[in-house]
Amino acid sequence: MTAEPRLPVEGDAVLRFAPHTRFRFDEVRQAWIVLAPERLMLPDEQAVEILQLIDGKRAVDDVIDELAGRYDAPRDVIAGDVVKMLQDLVDKKVLRL
Amino acid sequence: MTAVEPPLAMLAELTHRCPLRCPYCSNPLELSRASAELDSETWKRVLGEAAALGVLQVHFSGGEPLVRRDLADLVRHAAKVGLYGNLITSGINLDAGRLAELVEAGLEHVQLSFQDADIVSGDRIAGLPGSQEAKRRAARLVREAGLPLTVNAVVHRQNLDRLGEIIELAVALGADRLEVAHVQYYGWALRNRAALLPSREQLDAATAAVEAARTRLAGLLVIDYVLPDYYAHRPKACMGGWGRRFLNVTPAGKVLPCHAAETLTGLDFPTVAEASLSEIWYRSSAFERFRGTDWMPEPCRSCERREIDWGGCRCQAFALTGDAARTDPACALSPDRELLVGARADANESAPDFVYRQHSAASHRSPDLVSSPA
Repeated sequence: MTAEPRLPVEGDAVLRFAPHTRFRFDEVRQAWIVLAPERLMLPDEQAVEILQLIDGKRAVDDVIDELAGRYDAPRDVIAGDVVKMLQDLVDKKVLRL
Repeated sequence: MTAVEPPLAMLAELTHRCPLRCPYCSNPLELSRASAELDSETWKRVLGEAAALGVLQVHFSGGEPLVRRDLADLVRHAAKVGLYGNLITSGINLDAGRLAELVEAGLEHVQLSFQDADIVSGDRIAGLPGSQEAKRRAARLVREAGLPLTVNAVVHRQNLDRLGEIIELAVALGADRLEVAHVQYYGWALRNRAALLPSREQLDAATAAVEAARTRLAGLLVIDYVLPDYYAHRPKACMGGWGRRFLNVTPAGKVLPCHAAETLTGLDFPTVAEASLSEIWYRSSAFERFRGTDWMPEPCRSCERREIDWGGCRCQAFALTGDAARTDPACALSPDRELLVGARADANESAPDFVYRQHSAASHRSPDLVSSPA
């Protein structure tokens, strides 16, 4: 996608899961899953950690701070990964601004 | 090869009854009668078995699932056992009361079909006057009820030139997603192939329209679009691979690896009366037959993409070559590739009338069914 996103994920944005989207633990697979209209995702460990911080209260910047603290990793590296993933999920209408 | 994993999704074909008569219907040529359909209690048992097996999403489909009076009951049971419930519907006969009942039962999403953006053409393709207006009403009801809406548009020679208008229709209806599905040629669609297969020029224009719209509408409308097999260079991983992700239960209770698998001869598909879904998924010979890579002939067997496309579509290989175990001719490396080339030429040179979907005696053409309602 070369165009500017319609709903850009900025640092002060507060994200939540869209209605009728479920992020839950699946007992059969012993893994976290995302269920959405016509979509089914099996997020990897890193993605699960990010999604667990999406609670409709934290801003994107807080999510990045939390993860940067947890991993003792350069904040801008983490920020790049997090924003890229969240933007993709907003564009797919799994998350909402 | 790796261990067999549990299925992700189940298509529950509750009935073959449908008010529409689309000439590319994915139901088999031999349609089940209402009297052969599974009852409510059996469906509930199957939904429970599906959830225990690891199925995460259930798609209530048909035919038209709304013709089943117990639909809300089944949706409620699906939600109770933890399945994410999706309704795949024509929208005909959907009213506010029925929808409220389904929402209350825990329905998560509606996928609504449209045959064209042009009402006259859409009614003609669906074989039912007034159908396209009814669908527009249904879309409004779904949005008013707060459910996510996916517009499904099956595209082909007779509507592909209006793909831009179909995209605009989806936006105007407030859809979250548009699924643009090229016709797959087996069953009814294979019978109507010369009337449905698009030209290369149509296809290129449509693909460009989708690409432009995706950029323009990002964040507003998600567009799912896959190039059709007859113009592809490599085949698709049909159903994500045979017996890997998906299972289908027919109105009469047969369990299939995909909705078209009954077109394959020589395979014995078990029913839900004979075995549990788990036994069928992990141990039936039908699900084992094309699972993984051991069954593959060359050029698939030594291909570096064998665990990407899983040999393509077994039903398409069978429909075109008469042998389900051959490489899908959608692959440019298939020795049967010329069969696709011939079909494309056929469609470009002839313009036959539709043979509409109908119950039994399906092999003859009914002249009263081809008139336009306009």
